[in-house]
Amino acid sequence: MTVDVRAGTSVAGGIGQRAIRPDGIAKVRGEYAFSGDLWAEDMLWGQALRSPHPSARIRAIDISPALAINGVHAVLTGADIPVNRYGLEHRDQPVLADDIVRYTGEPVAVVAADHPETARRACAAIVVDYEILVPLVDPEHAIDAPPMHPDGNVFRDLIIRRGDDDARGPIAVEGTYEIGMQDQAFMGPEAGLATPTSGGGVDLVVSTQWLHNDRDQIAECLGLAPALVQLSLGGVGGAFGAREDVSLHVHACLLATRTGRPVKIVYSRAESFLGHVHRHPARIWMRHTARPDGEIVSFESRILLDGGAYRSSSYHVTANAACFAAGPYRVPNARVHAIAVRTNNPPCGAMRGFGVVQSCFAHEAQMDLLAAACEIDPVELRLRNALAPGDELLTGQRIEGTLPVAEVIRACAALPLPDPAVDDVLARPGGAGRTADAVDVRRGVGFALGFKNLMYAEGYMDGSVARCRIDAGVVTITCAAAEVGQGFVTLVQQIARTVLEVDDVIVAPADTAIGSAGSTSASRQTMMSGGAVEQACRAARAELETRATSDPDAGGTNPGLIDIVALTTDRPIDVTEEFNHRLTHPLDADGQGDAHVSFACAAHRAVVDVDPELGLVRVVHLATAQDVGRVLNPLQVTGQIEGGIAQGVGLAVMEELIVQDGHVRNASFTDYLIPTALDAPTVEATLIEEPEPGAPFGAKGVGEPPTISSTPAIVAAIRAATGAPCTRVPVRPRDLM
Amino acid sequence: MAMPVIVADSVEHALSALADHPDATVLAGGTDLMVEVNDGRRTPTQVIAVGRVAELTGIRVDGHAEGATIVIGAATTFARLERGPITELAPALAYAARTVGSPQIRNAATIGGNLATASPAGDSLPVLVALGATIEVAGANDRRQIPIVEFFTGPKRSALAPGELVVAVHVPVRRGPQDYLKVGVRNAMVIAVASLAIAVDLDARTVGVGLGSVGPTPLGAPDACARIAEQARWDTDHLTVDPAAAADFADQVAAAARPIDDHRGTAEYRRNAVRVMAARALRRCGR
Ligand SMILES: Cc1cc2nc3c(=O)[nH]c(=O)nc-3n(C[C@H](O)[C@H](O)[C@H](O)COP(=O)(O)OP(=O)(O)OC[C@H]3O[C@@H](n4cnc5c(N)ncnc54)[C@H](O)[C@@H]3O)c2cc1C
Repeated sequence: MTVDVRAGTSVAGGIGQRAIRPDGIAKVRGEYAFSGDLWAEDMLWGQALRSPHPSARIRAIDISPALAINGVHAVLTGADIPVNRYGLEHRDQPVLADDIVRYTGEPVAVVAADHPETARRACAAIVVDYEILVPLVDPEHAIDAPPMHPDGNVFRDLIIRRGDDDARGPIAVEGTYEIGMQDQAFMGPEAGLATPTSGGGVDLVVSTQWLHNDRDQIAECLGLAPALVQLSLGGVGGAFGAREDVSLHVHACLLATRTGRPVKIVYSRAESFLGHVHRHPARIWMRHTARPDGEIVSFESRILLDGGAYRSSSYHVTANAACFAAGPYRVPNARVHAIAVRTNNPPCGAMRGFGVVQSCFAHEAQMDLLAAACEIDPVELRLRNALAPGDELLTGQRIEGTLPVAEVIRACAALPLPDPAVDDVLARPGGAGRTADAVDVRRGVGFALGFKNLMYAEGYMDGSVARCRIDAGVVTITCAAAEVGQGFVTLVQQIARTVLEVDDVIVAPADTAIGSAGSTSASRQTMMSGGAVEQACRAARAELETRATSDPDAGGTNPGLIDIVALTTDRPIDVTEEFNHRLTHPLDADGQGDAHVSFACAAHRAVVDVDPELGLVRVVHLATAQDVGRVLNPLQVTGQIEGGIAQGVGLAVMEELIVQDGHVRNASFTDYLIPTALDAPTVEATLIEEPEPGAPFGAKGVGEPPTISSTPAIVAAIRAATGAPCTRVPVRPRDLM
Repeated sequence: MAMPVIVADSVEHALSALADHPDATVLAGGTDLMVEVNDGRRTPTQVIAVGRVAELTGIRVDGHAEGATIVIGAATTFARLERGPITELAPALAYAARTVGSPQIRNAATIGGNLATASPAGDSLPVLVALGATIEVAGANDRRQIPIVEFFTGPKRSALAPGELVVAVHVPVRRGPQDYLKVGVRNAMVIAVASLAIAVDLDARTVGVGLGSVGPTPLGAPDACARIAEQARWDTDHLTVDPAAAADFADQVAAAARPIDDHRGTAEYRRNAVRVMAARALRRCGR
């Protein structure tokens, strides 16, 4: 991929440079310890027994056959959990099912044994007497069906009203779109090691996105003071939202406190697919009306999200799907109704793009329909309606920061198209399967645009804490932000090098000994924890400069001459700072309010080759222009763009957890297909740098936009190549025939 | 848990170990077996590893010109079949080998393992059907040759008796174009949703077809093949097929498929994919 950016700062390895990850070489060499590699002398292995039914009443559980197995140290059920409720935002999920199981894969019991195989056999020996119930699997029915949980079946019912309800333009386009259930499909399955501590507490090393939120939920469930539960970050093999919710955490901690031994749990791949939340499947109806020149007059939408058995982050996913439902376009009159419901399907929650991916697929299909109806070029139609700073969103919020929508459209459209198809069967649709000859292939080009909020929303008081310590010239930064592969650890070093003008920066392990850094999600860590690190480093720098002025030998007034070693030997500098973003507000009854902090947009143009007779697709090329605020590390921005596009390719043409009657049919990498190197398109990116006020160095989070509009661009290209309507993703071969 | 392993150094050694441990599990590349072990679907009590047996690895050619046969040891990996002499001697097999998994998998996975697993989706199998291969198996007392179409008795079931080993695959060298086409939803590393092998024999003036993932076992399409062999115009170095005969061939091959609906695709899609692949395969082979 090629990237063109403005030059950064001059500090080696500082802001704007292609600094390399401190853990990069170890990871490439296979020497990096992921949480699956955790080990303790004397440890036991934990294993959960999971429900084979999507809906059932538990009449009785007999654990005695499991306890009788040699090597089994503990078998726990719901009755053993001090407070049997957890949940990311709302505690509605039992740690172990008490009387009802609500999804296939729901944990029913946990075992600790001296060997993973013993633990598996013990789980198999537990006798659960289920009264099988009819599962509620149709989200439309769930709205009015008898509640399957004391908290009801509707997680959120949100209406947004803007402008005149009756305003309509002469041109109308309408469609219904479906988005299948995508999985985050990270490589490193869930893993953790819990160790009991003196005083009845527990230490947990775990892969997660948010140590402190996990800590609070674990402490609640165990009935312990939060201070007795300490978490540290294990090596995380990808997250993409799936590690925001607690998984094995409480199980491992409880087994450790019960047995007095360290307990390790690591999920198998199948268990991982069942044991974390997925992207919400959605059914979305939209109608746009416009003037003949393409200017949007009205927008109506109904969005139905299947949240599965428990709430997780469904409440806020609904808001995102609704607030950004129209895309980055000026819409004077709108009515949006978004509902997320509870069903007996697998629980859904956070995944890269968080509700906006679903809406974007629908609104971009609509924009192409509108362009055709108005006989306007699709790129031109988008430009005519593009939002700009000063405009209002559907929620009435005025855009105050930067949002270069027209710029990303123009820059993306201006990127060169790839060469015509090469004469190589491996490069055609079907790839290694050799199914297509040149005459069997048609090329299509599609364009799409998307935007999303950055940071948490709707009045959430968000913050991040970082500490900068300089001792005898050695700089150590501590922050609890979870490094999940995105490269925050690199950024910490770059920020500290730039602010303090030093070469070496130690990044201390992330744990709960320091205050919360918030979640590694919502494209927020660069701003929030990056901001905290910058603030802590600036405070340390101020102290250095104060010391230097009072000590002429160690620097005087010229900062280049500051002798950091002399100034901090025997009197270390140690500062801790918290960063907060500006306040946001809840949405009112009409869905109006300043609910969001800032926004980022991107445009994608996809080129695909399609074999219509077999329905096979090869995504050839993705051009993108992305609003990044400012590039802090071109290498890492590239990584986010290429990876995000790969995930967008996946949703467009292959990734779907297939759920039938509440059962996942493809909980393995044999059948849950994610793109391989032969499926990944060539990526060409232009980065639009318009510094965001209030963000460290003006940088915006860059992780989510690449996944949002890449999928609709690819599907638009498939439509262009085939004429098939493609109102559903992933597009399946049979949809094209 | 503990999984004792006997590393066989000859076919006789493997067979006597099998006789001593009737419940033993044979291990070649482990790319099917270890997946089952990790999933807890199989718990071998004794493993007999055959990957280091010299007689089982490697490729040789018996006879020459028309009657030549390629003898492929059962423990030969797909990495070895995808390049080297097979690309000349049996190109469809090389193409099929290239579609198996990833480079890492092909470095371990063997053709004998593919046969013994007997999955209808095994990629080498339609090619062996199209080429009319024979499977050489050895038991404690004797060796026998099983024609490929008799080797598969059902989904994941074969004519291999307990205590028997697959020793080699005998593949006739056929002079003429060959191909292997595989439909999957991904451009590499994917289980076939439907696949088709074709092998034209310009000397015998026959056409062979094998189908994968569209029935309980790999299937042939003998009627379609017999008919196209009659309808084609044969020359010493090519065959010519008129469009009507080609379309008829594609329909007949599709009719030979016995596909089902599953999470990888519908029966209707599969049958249609077979028709499309048959037409394209013949187009590549003829004029
Ligand atoms: C990631 C992945 C991708 C894959 N992709 C494909 C694919 O694209 N196409 C495909 O066809 N397959 C695929 N497979 C399946 C597998 O690689 C093949 O079936 C392979 O040929 C199995 O060979 P093996 O040597 O690994 O067999 P093993 O796993 O060692 O053995 C498989 C079975 O055969 C028996 N066996 C092995 N050798 C003999 C012998 N000589 N005599 C008697 N019994 C024997 C074993 O006892 C066992 O039951 C894939 C597997 C994985 C893990």
